[in-house]
Amino acid sequence: MLMATTSPPETGQGTREAREHVVIRFAGDSGDGMQLTGTQFTVETALAGNDLATFPDYPAEIRAPAGTTFGVSAFQIHFGATDVRTAGDDVDVLVAMNPAALTTNLRDVRLGGTVVADVGAFTERNLQKAGYAANPLDDHTLAPYQVITLDISKLTLDAVADFGLGQKEALRCRNMWALGLMLWMYERERATTVRWLEKKFAKRPELVRANIAALNAGHAFGETAEMPTSVVGYRVAPAEVAPGEYRTVSGTEALAWGLLAGTRAAGLRRLMFGSYPITPASPLLHVLAGLKQHGVVTFQAEDEIAAIGAAIGASYAGALGMTSSSGPGIALKSEALGLAIATELPLIVVNSQRAGPSTGMPTKTEQSDLYQAVYGRNADAPLAVVAAATPGDCFEVGIEAVRLATKYMTPVIVLTDGYLANAAEPWRIPDVSDLAGFPVHYRTDPEGFHPFLRDPTTLARPWAVPGTPGLEHRVGGIERDYATGHISYDPENHERMTKVRAAKIAGIAQDIPLQDLAVGGPGGRLVVVGWGSTFGPILQAVRTAREQGLDVAQVHLRYLSPFPRNLGELLAGFERVLVPEMNNGQLVNILRATYLVPAVGLNKITGKPFKVREILAAIHAALEA
Amino acid sequence: MTVATPPAGQPTAKDFASDQEVRWCPGCGDYAILKAVLKTLADLAVPREQTVFVSGIGCSSRFPYYVSTYGFHTIHGRAPAIATGVKLANPELDVWVITGDGDGLSIGGNHMLHVLRRNVNLQIILFNNEIYGLTKGQYSPTSRQGTRSPSTPLGSVDYPVSPGAFALGAGARFIARSIDTLQPHLIGVLKRAHEHRGASFVEVFQNCVVFNDGVFEDFTAKAIAPEMQLHVQHGKPLRFGKGDAKGLRLDPARLAVEVVTVGENGVTESDLLVHDEKNRTLAALLLGLAPPAFPTALGVIYCDPAATYEEQAYEQIPAGASVARADLERLLHQGQTWTVAG
Repeated sequence: MLMATTSPPETGQGTREAREHVVIRFAGDSGDGMQLTGTQFTVETALAGNDLATFPDYPAEIRAPAGTTFGVSAFQIHFGATDVRTAGDDVDVLVAMNPAALTTNLRDVRLGGTVVADVGAFTERNLQKAGYAANPLDDHTLAPYQVITLDISKLTLDAVADFGLGQKEALRCRNMWALGLMLWMYERERATTVRWLEKKFAKRPELVRANIAALNAGHAFGETAEMPTSVVGYRVAPAEVAPGEYRTVSGTEALAWGLLAGTRAAGLRRLMFGSYPITPASPLLHVLAGLKQHGVVTFQAEDEIAAIGAAIGASYAGALGMTSSSGPGIALKSEALGLAIATELPLIVVNSQRAGPSTGMPTKTEQSDLYQAVYGRNADAPLAVVAAATPGDCFEVGIEAVRLATKYMTPVIVLTDGYLANAAEPWRIPDVSDLAGFPVHYRTDPEGFHPFLRDPTTLARPWAVPGTPGLEHRVGGIERDYATGHISYDPENHERMTKVRAAKIAGIAQDIPLQDLAVGGPGGRLVVVGWGSTFGPILQAVRTAREQGLDVAQVHLRYLSPFPRNLGELLAGFERVLVPEMNNGQLVNILRATYLVPAVGLNKITGKPFKVREILAAIHAALEA
Repeated sequence: MTVATPPAGQPTAKDFASDQEVRWCPGCGDYAILKAVLKTLADLAVPREQTVFVSGIGCSSRFPYYVSTYGFHTIHGRAPAIATGVKLANPELDVWVITGDGDGLSIGGNHMLHVLRRNVNLQIILFNNEIYGLTKGQYSPTSRQGTRSPSTPLGSVDYPVSPGAFALGAGARFIARSIDTLQPHLIGVLKRAHEHRGASFVEVFQNCVVFNDGVFEDFTAKAIAPEMQLHVQHGKPLRFGKGDAKGLRLDPARLAVEVVTVGENGVTESDLLVHDEKNRTLAALLLGLAPPAFPTALGVIYCDPAATYEEQAYEQIPAGASVARADLERLLHQGQTWTVAG
């Protein structure tokens, strides 16, 4: 989204130009604290009442050699006075803390955009590490941009001179100086950041004072008009949003809370989360490990297999077992998933997808594990698959996953991705007293019991938990008799059991909402079908296309296995079906195979989210074809 | 599935047998172990509904189907992980893990390592027959070097792992050994394993009549058993042989044990090592003894209890905390929030 000027620029001291939307990217060395800087800017922006979306983009290396291009860490925020659905196509303001940050991020800055560079970090050595033969601040490299060169390093050292820090620690306050300047530029408060610094460095009062001094110095630098005369401050009016209490939320937090809310709605005492560290899924383990006071049990297992194994054991024993990972770890869990399918136990498996195959690009986002989720097991092994569209949506999806898992006694795979896991957005805090309960009933009556006796409607077997007198029974991976639950190698029985396992999952389609259109009405020339975190860019693109008079609608899928029961009919009403995905084409093939619709893919496999204009261009192309 | 009525009074082994036909080969050592376990459960009068048998894959792992408690026949090597989840969900359950040398020390070696070091309160019974039975006779990680099998027609070249030494190295706090055919001894060991709070590791030497018959004859054969079996007892001198004539003495210069005969060369009982279940160094020495130079040590070799994993995990969860009563309202409003007026 381009920065739109909604009123003529005012001039003169103390005036501000109005902007409807702005995209800022903070970029620096992975040790420069860019993620913290971006997060604090996000908090202050949310408090200023803007709608926003963020996209953290950090390297896999924890501390790559300083000054290198592969050690660059960036944080992008898109905020505005109206609806914001993506982290932004083009960067309006790039804050580059060193030459490597400039060279790796400049291509995303719109022509005419602003580059703020710390000249103090543009040393010969840093320039060389970034691959610059000459200083780009001195030649014509930045001619298409508005450049603000400041010696942030020196200004920071001056600001913190009184606090007795060493040179290295003093320079680490640079990010707060830059944050202070950007907070001034966009008319944001600093109070929350000050409180955060006081808490973060509580044990090092001199660091609290120094960081606050740097923050204030950056702010004062703008305020006292030390800025070049061509640069002014901006004003972004608060967005019109539904009334209520808000907070910012990342997909990871929302999902953790959703899983907790779902388990509470099921009336279960224990949520047992087993996990093994992997990027970008680990934060879910961290959030849940912090919820022990609510009865959550977390288990950092020795490997991915033990993580899901413990989750299955927990479900068998009457807790709700959950596990999470990213693609490579999910691959390791697939045999155990088969066990959960065979023994028909409830289980939640979260996949925070990342670019693959194999190690791939662990910190980069992708949605290439749809096939893995739907099909990726030996034998006929169906389960339910749901996907979250936005960070806030993760909350609802978490609850829904628990409902399906417990009602149908099945594993449910929840697909998120690296973008959703890390991205944050303002979230209207739901009234949890409104949440519908779906209490689980363990089987307790021994009369007529066998472990695979099915509910005639859901086809789910009873949840008979160890500790219950009279229900002692044995389950396992060996095929079992439909009528008695005992192990069976009978050929006809195996076919019957395979069919009933499939029918149980297919039947979920009767228990989920009909597929609706996110934008537009049924029938027409083109429908854009997406799933997962592509929701925002598809929505913006479809809205823009419709404003341009194009006949296009949007369908966004939460339920990927089974599909909503009206999906085939809905898609058949459109002449063309366009399926944008951050993979080499997966949903598009499942839709073609399932509904025989002429769906075509729009595939982006760069490890980065779609830009709105990329989807818009594909909409134009599809309608012109 | 038929539901048996709970037995009145002191239960018998029969009360703990399920209605399923046992499907091991005739003469398999597993029958004897099953019998010993059922007798142990009956003697201890454990509540059936609180008891869970979790197994992996292999001949031994069919075990849960034959016990009338709760049972979970899982996947190859993963029983320790699944049992850990069972205990984390409900620490009150009494959980037994049934595994074999391939299941527990090859494909599941990693899980065995971690369940032992975590000290999850489980009874882990490893049926060691030094062979893969269910897949028809390949050599296993405990097979001796030179084992001829379908996959090693010229003899295996890899060195075997010693289950007891592995368990000790992993940090197990209870290690015991017995033999399938030594019924009273095995039952005694199983009762001790059950009594121990924490991960109890029991290796049972089990004869595979089809693929590895007689592999333990060098210490189990009737004729030589007294000479080749050292039955350890806490606080008692380490004696064995006919009439307990022999014993183990420490050679401090070599930090090694040697076999001596009481009454010969001035050796008296006071020269012998006295078994101490809490002595980890002694446990290492005993677990390292092997025929033909030494007898095989049997019984409770090491027992030094420590806090269990699940009790420590639950110490971090406030008593009575339940997800069903989670204060979501407070959780969601924690931290920075702002209000947009209507």
